[in-house]
Amino acid sequence: MDARTFRLGFFFAAGAIGLAFVLSPAPQSAPLLARPLVWQLCAGAAVLLLLAAWFADLRAITAGLAAAILCAAASLLLLRDPAVAGSARGGFWAIVIACWLSAALCVVHLGATHQLRRNRQRALDLLIPLLFGATVIYLWEVAVRGFGVPPVLLPSPSAAAARFAASLPILATDFVQTFIRGVLIGYVIGCGAGLLVAILAHRFEFLGRGLLPLGNFFSALPLVGIAPIMVMWFGFDWPSKAAVVVLITFFPMLVNALAGLSAAGHIERDLMRSYAASYGQSLTKLHLPAALPFIFNALKINATLALIGAIVAEFFGTPTQGIGFRISTEAGRMAIDMVWAEIALAALAGMAFYGLVTLAERATTFWHPSYRT
Amino acid sequence: MTSNSLALPAPRSRALLKHPIIARYAPIATMVAALVAIWYIAAVAMNWSLVRDGFEREETTYATTDVLLGTMEAERPLLPAPHQVLEAFYDGVFGYPPLAPRSLVYHALVTLSATLLGFFLGALFGVVLALLIVHSRVLKRGLLPWIICSQMVPVLALAPIFIVVLGALGLHGLLPKSIISAYLCFFPVAIGMVKGFTSPEPLQLELMRTWSATPRQVLWKLRWPASVPYLFTSLKVAVSISLVGAIVAELPTGAEAGIGARLLSGSYYGQTIQLWAALVAAAVLASALIGVIGLIERAVARRMGAR
Repeated sequence: MDARTFRLGFFFAAGAIGLAFVLSPAPQSAPLLARPLVWQLCAGAAVLLLLAAWFADLRAITAGLAAAILCAAASLLLLRDPAVAGSARGGFWAIVIACWLSAALCVVHLGATHQLRRNRQRALDLLIPLLFGATVIYLWEVAVRGFGVPPVLLPSPSAAAARFAASLPILATDFVQTFIRGVLIGYVIGCGAGLLVAILAHRFEFLGRGLLPLGNFFSALPLVGIAPIMVMWFGFDWPSKAAVVVLITFFPMLVNALAGLSAAGHIERDLMRSYAASYGQSLTKLHLPAALPFIFNALKINATLALIGAIVAEFFGTPTQGIGFRISTEAGRMAIDMVWAEIALAALAGMAFYGLVTLAERATTFWHPSYRT
Repeated sequence: MTSNSLALPAPRSRALLKHPIIARYAPIATMVAALVAIWYIAAVAMNWSLVRDGFEREETTYATTDVLLGTMEAERPLLPAPHQVLEAFYDGVFGYPPLAPRSLVYHALVTLSATLLGFFLGALFGVVLALLIVHSRVLKRGLLPWIICSQMVPVLALAPIFIVVLGALGLHGLLPKSIISAYLCFFPVAIGMVKGFTSPEPLQLELMRTWSATPRQVLWKLRWPASVPYLFTSLKVAVSISLVGAIVAELPTGAEAGIGARLLSGSYYGQTIQLWAALVAAAVLASALIGVIGLIERAVARRMGAR
């Protein structure tokens, strides 16, 4: 983005704040100037925005972000007034637009910059998505509370967060029931079995040629459909969820590990043969290390599949705890903020799980070309 | 010189297994046969006590063979034998007029329509997202991490909420289900197409630049054709995920029709054979959808000059 559009954008944002001073934030409520802290925040934001428009370079990003934060604070303060919440008008939305515009300008400008130093580049790669996400959450919060969306439809993020903090004990039991018992046990068994069968199939070629098409076929099937049968066989408690997870994670691991085990090149295999290596030796020293990237690929795919499988299995019957159970009952009782708290829990657990697998991958496959660059 | 040309010749296998057809299908046939055999044994083992208890309750005398036969045709077995499942499947497909509520064809069609709509929406969204990401550095750095995060959320957990929210907005039936399948299936398409759009080599991109091609020309003449193999690979993944999404979306909605509803009612009323038949229907549907995309892929590849 060139400096002129950048500058123009900040002028627009400053203009929006000017509008906020003129228009009233809500029908039959005090104008902006009658609210001491709010108008000071807005005025500060306007000054910063003009400053940013003046600089229109990297320094403008700091000023613009500070202005966005001030605008966000001003709009959230306004929302605490019951006259504004639910019936916000032009003055209020002008502040929101100013906040969104300056944040968006800063993110776009940040995204277009090249950083030569590596540490800074990494920080930037983290900062941009975080800013992006923060903006989205802010807009969600402001839109829900400003328009007065009924909480049954969509709760504000702050309500869901408050609910999350207030019901930590329930969330902890749900987490243990679904994740520690159902997902982790099933994941370990399923991935382990998939890897073992893949090694067998690699050892005996006939088995491999029969299993590979079958594995491909099964991994494309809607295997979560097996959940009601597993509930019938293993009862309502966690074993049925673990069984579903085992089935779901088995086939991706089988297919990927089989592809990985045959990934070692001819030269390496011939070298092992010329060393007179036994099968066990060439397996542990050549084939398994060469298969690691593929195995980790399957582990990552399975990390998300496993959580989905366990939650879906809980829709078919559970003891009175578990993420899936809580989601379906609370949705039935229209307690949507609790549902969102559970979803946040599941998302956090899923991301942490995925992150751990990725860290393990970095630690064990550091030699792979994709990490050496 | 590749590593293959340096390799020692592989040891020859026996003559009978060398025939191409046998070499290709014998292992698969063996595995399928083994699977069916294991299934039958498991059916006998799991239904044994069920059937024996039935005989003892009626206080009739019975021989071991009676129990053995009984496990093959129990009405509500723990694990139905393969022929029972196939019978129920055949009966469900051909035994009723296609639009009767007991016909599997009807339920499959309901699920299929949600799947296809969701697949279409999701694939379109995925391609558009990939286009945006490829053409904008900001979106690539700001949006891509969130797209990946969005898949860490167990999306199916969102299904009941979507249904509640959309139901409150006056949307029922097909659309909520398709939105869930679209949410599930846009991801592989987006990731695959980002890979596909960036697959042209720097040399080819530089050639386009020496011809002073506009970004649009680069897209249509280089990036788009180069991404076609990636498109079909990710579409195959997406269509099966989309089917899973449609089936699972039918679970919490309490839908009356569809394969998911069939699974749910089967599990509530203990109709195991119906449950398995619905699973077989889902499997057939999934393979048919993937097969159709494979056919389209081959036709497109042939038109694009591939052999």
